[in-house]
Amino acid sequence: MSRYTAVSSDDLRAMLAEIGVGSLGELFERQIPAGVRLGRGLDLPAGMAEQDVYAHLRGLAERNTSAEDEVTFLGAGMYDHYVPAVIDMLLGRSEFLTHYTPYQPEISQGGLQVMFEFQTAISELTGLPVSNASVYEGPSAVAAAAYLAKLANGKPKVVVSRGVHPHARAALETTAVGYGAQIVEIGLRDGVTDPDAWADAIDGETGAVVFAQPNFLGAVEDAEALAAAAKGSGAVVVGSYDPIPLGILRPPGECGVDVAVGEGQSLGNRLDFGGPSFGFFSATEAYLRRMPGRIAGETRDVDGKRGFVLTLQTREQHIRREKATSNICTAQALNALAGVVYLCWLGGRGLVELGELLLQRTHYAREALVALDGVEALHERAVVREFALRLDAPVDRVIARCQDAGVNPGFWLGREYEEYPDGLLVAITEQRSRADIDRLVEVLGAAVVAEREHAGLGVAG
Amino acid sequence: MSADPTCPSDLLYHPEHDWARVNEDEAVFGITWFAQDQLGQLVFWDAPAVGAKVTKDEPYTELESVKAVSDVIAPLSGEVIAVNAAVVDEPELVNTSPYDDGWLVRVRITAPDEVGALLDAAAYRDLVDR
Amino acid sequence: MSAEAATIFEKGAPGRRAFTCPELDVPVVDGLLPEGMRRGQRARLPEVSEPELVRHYVNLSKRNFDLDSGFYPLGSCTMKHNPRLHERVAALPGHARLHPWQDPARAQGALELMWNLERALGEIAGLPHVSLQPSAGSHGELAGVLLTRAFHADHGEQRTKVLTPDTAHGTNPATVTMAGYEVVKVGTNPDGGVDLDDLRAKADEDVACLMLTNPNTLGIFDPNIEQIAHIVHDIGATLYYDGANLNAIMGVSRPGDMGFDIVHFNLHKSFTQPHGGGGPGSGPIAVSERIEPYLPRPVIVQRPDGSFDLDDDRPKSIGKLRGFQGNYGCFVRAYAYIRSLGAEGLRDASQTAVLNANYLLAKLRQLGVTDQLPLAFGQLCMHEFVLSGAPMKRQLKIRTLDLAKRLLDHGYHPPTVYFPLLVDEALLIEPTETETKETLDAFAHTLATILTEAVHDPDTARHAPHTTPVRRLDEAHAAKHPTIRQPLDPAPEAGAAA
Repeated sequence: MSRYTAVSSDDLRAMLAEIGVGSLGELFERQIPAGVRLGRGLDLPAGMAEQDVYAHLRGLAERNTSAEDEVTFLGAGMYDHYVPAVIDMLLGRSEFLTHYTPYQPEISQGGLQVMFEFQTAISELTGLPVSNASVYEGPSAVAAAAYLAKLANGKPKVVVSRGVHPHARAALETTAVGYGAQIVEIGLRDGVTDPDAWADAIDGETGAVVFAQPNFLGAVEDAEALAAAAKGSGAVVVGSYDPIPLGILRPPGECGVDVAVGEGQSLGNRLDFGGPSFGFFSATEAYLRRMPGRIAGETRDVDGKRGFVLTLQTREQHIRREKATSNICTAQALNALAGVVYLCWLGGRGLVELGELLLQRTHYAREALVALDGVEALHERAVVREFALRLDAPVDRVIARCQDAGVNPGFWLGREYEEYPDGLLVAITEQRSRADIDRLVEVLGAAVVAEREHAGLGVAG
Repeated sequence: MSADPTCPSDLLYHPEHDWARVNEDEAVFGITWFAQDQLGQLVFWDAPAVGAKVTKDEPYTELESVKAVSDVIAPLSGEVIAVNAAVVDEPELVNTSPYDDGWLVRVRITAPDEVGALLDAAAYRDLVDR
Repeated sequence: MSAEAATIFEKGAPGRRAFTCPELDVPVVDGLLPEGMRRGQRARLPEVSEPELVRHYVNLSKRNFDLDSGFYPLGSCTMKHNPRLHERVAALPGHARLHPWQDPARAQGALELMWNLERALGEIAGLPHVSLQPSAGSHGELAGVLLTRAFHADHGEQRTKVLTPDTAHGTNPATVTMAGYEVVKVGTNPDGGVDLDDLRAKADEDVACLMLTNPNTLGIFDPNIEQIAHIVHDIGATLYYDGANLNAIMGVSRPGDMGFDIVHFNLHKSFTQPHGGGGPGSGPIAVSERIEPYLPRPVIVQRPDGSFDLDDDRPKSIGKLRGFQGNYGCFVRAYAYIRSLGAEGLRDASQTAVLNANYLLAKLRQLGVTDQLPLAFGQLCMHEFVLSGAPMKRQLKIRTLDLAKRLLDHGYHPPTVYFPLLVDEALLIEPTETETKETLDAFAHTLATILTEAVHDPDTARHAPHTTPVRRLDEAHAAKHPTIRQPLDPAPEAGAAA
């Protein structure tokens, strides 16, 4: 008996007698062939008291430098936005936390209505009429969108901008090997997707085109022009959107985008070292019956009372099996709940205010940083929450110096882009005040100077 | 939903619970009472295009209820010359009137000798009762 | 509980807010965004105060059934107790606010946790190498079939088919198609295991993989598992273990020892990550030596100095299935669970899960419930069992669905219904190890009571539930006329942030 099981020795006796076996061992011996029974205990540490487990996990946590421990300007796909206290409280409620997928709608109206409200909020955000109730996360959502295109038009080629998150491009590549699509990457020019190369790559064999808004370098793309270049080709236009800037950026539904997906972490979800978060997946009406994942719909009960059910389930794996639109089953319902609560917490006006705040602070930070010696803008494009710099000093070592001074200046682009070995990507959230930005300018400036002096002295690194 | 099992004697049947009403070189296809009873209330039909080729014993379309999808098997080979738009609008016509208002497609038959392989009502009824 | 539902979009009033924007503390510059890229119409999100927001969602939560307040014997879902310690440790800022791009040198606690979890899962599965990356079971399945593809491709082979038993979860065939293979179904023998003759007939050189759940979705441990493994390995295919039912065998039997090459775990089942109303899940995979080179990247490595790092330089890797390293928050919880229970506790969990299932089955026999709802296959079961409601339907004129709905009135979440597909009127019951004998007794009596009631009064069950916030819902209407978002009034202009 552990603290999570409850079979006393009296219980055990009574239960075995009722079953008609002599021992617990017999129950297994009669069902599992001797050749595959484990004749020993697992080679794992012994169990621990709750307080000892807590102490152990706290010890591990303390060996991480979190956003609590440094002033961080890391972004590149996940952002240190504030998670309001109401979200902790609501997500901790047993009725949300320990409820399963709503297969019995009569006792799942809470979860189903949350899904319906989530779909509405995402639909509002993206300006697209159809949304599902969440997919795993951002990068795999891009792969899922390409699979939708493959099933919809059967064409083998996917044209993808290098401005799309490197993990999303990797996920696309990995899954496309399975269903036999070829990925064609289009490079960036002056910070945005090269429009000529983009248009040239799209042809009658192109099943999907994929860009990111803003792109990985923080630059705002001309989404309408990118989408327009694919019109007439029959390709599905996929946009991977950062949801927070959608308070101020033109939504995909007004830009000719067919399927808008994205990483939902910044909507009320913790960083959690990369997950769990949620992915959103929205589309035009034409793709309603090709959507992956759960969708909640409104209906009435036998008494005429309003209620919600999982609907259009014939798309899904448990019914359509090998012909399903996706294999997804468990998605990210609890994280999606955080997402919709966050959007309601902000409200329509709040989302605009937050976007404006980020726009202004981002501009302020970029201007202040490019004024430093040895720092210049990697591109001059409009940015809303993140921007790319070039440093005239080894970026990894500059970052380390800054971190030693308590500031994480951002993401070294050289980790993912061989063409930007000197690139630094700086992200701003509402948690980074002007004072924090000023501190970054000071620390980064000093670090660049120190590294240049270091190089000038000819000391090897 | 028509409550009692039926299979009219003027139709020919395919063992996969499909019927054909043959008229010279044309035939109308639908699904039998037993097939619609298994599926339950139908909610969606994505009709094939006019001009589509259908092949005997092969699926030519799908019918959807809330929690099931069923391939519909062609009893004869041919080319679709009309689809029942009323069923697209109201799929439950297949439930309420599987042999009349709930027909699915009209086909120009391309292999008339296939007709001989279909079952008559008595033989189909035998099959179902087994 | 019974009031007509209103959505959050139907509440609030213009100007109300729960959010206070931080001060705009930098000089304001106009024209930062070209007009053509600016949003014209504001998103029509609700305008509510914090108290309204809280009350709305707390009241919504009360329209959900939950494991913390009642028995949830949903077969194949392993609805076991979720220790609250896990929520507490996952929320520690060192875990919860750790950025995934943090330099590995400054995320050593996280990497050590993942390293330890990988070792533990590998030991439980009996397979030496683990990737934590997949987001859920079906994502793990996709990883597994893509690993198989990479393995064969690396050996100059291109195979075309994957075998799945007809008892398989729907995710198996859906995954096979996504990974570019043809699904070939294998039949079930009269004892509920894989039909060996059918398997031999279908096992040819075009077969890449057999995907198997063991114990299967009938709750039956396949007694021929060693022969199955031989047949599959003889044709050069891989054997994939769907870990949905791992909760039956932790510390008792290991997929690696049965001959499986690839295993996925559902951390949200066996390792008690809360289900959250349909996620998050987490679907790590464990693999044999021959599959290791193809694992998703990056992999966690331990350096000679004892520190941990992420290794992305994996030329044979299938690549990435998603961003970053997976659902770390779920790893924290699963790791806390494994350290709480230890080797003994994990085995106790599985043994008790099997004990509870067999006891519940025996109790149902004793009460005569199995006269109407006989066990579909076998005599004993592993951690779950399948009853067939076919005799009940014939004799009492109520269907499994009616029985399930009537259970709602008695305060229970019903078992899984109409799955697996090969059992007529199926009822798949998984009590889990964390329920008491008293709960199992009470549930068995309730099933008996419902059947007794139906003898004289089948209508009460046929029209159940009667006590829930809503009653049976018109799913056909929802599918025929999909309303999947709240219709809203026309949008206000953007920028009018008052």
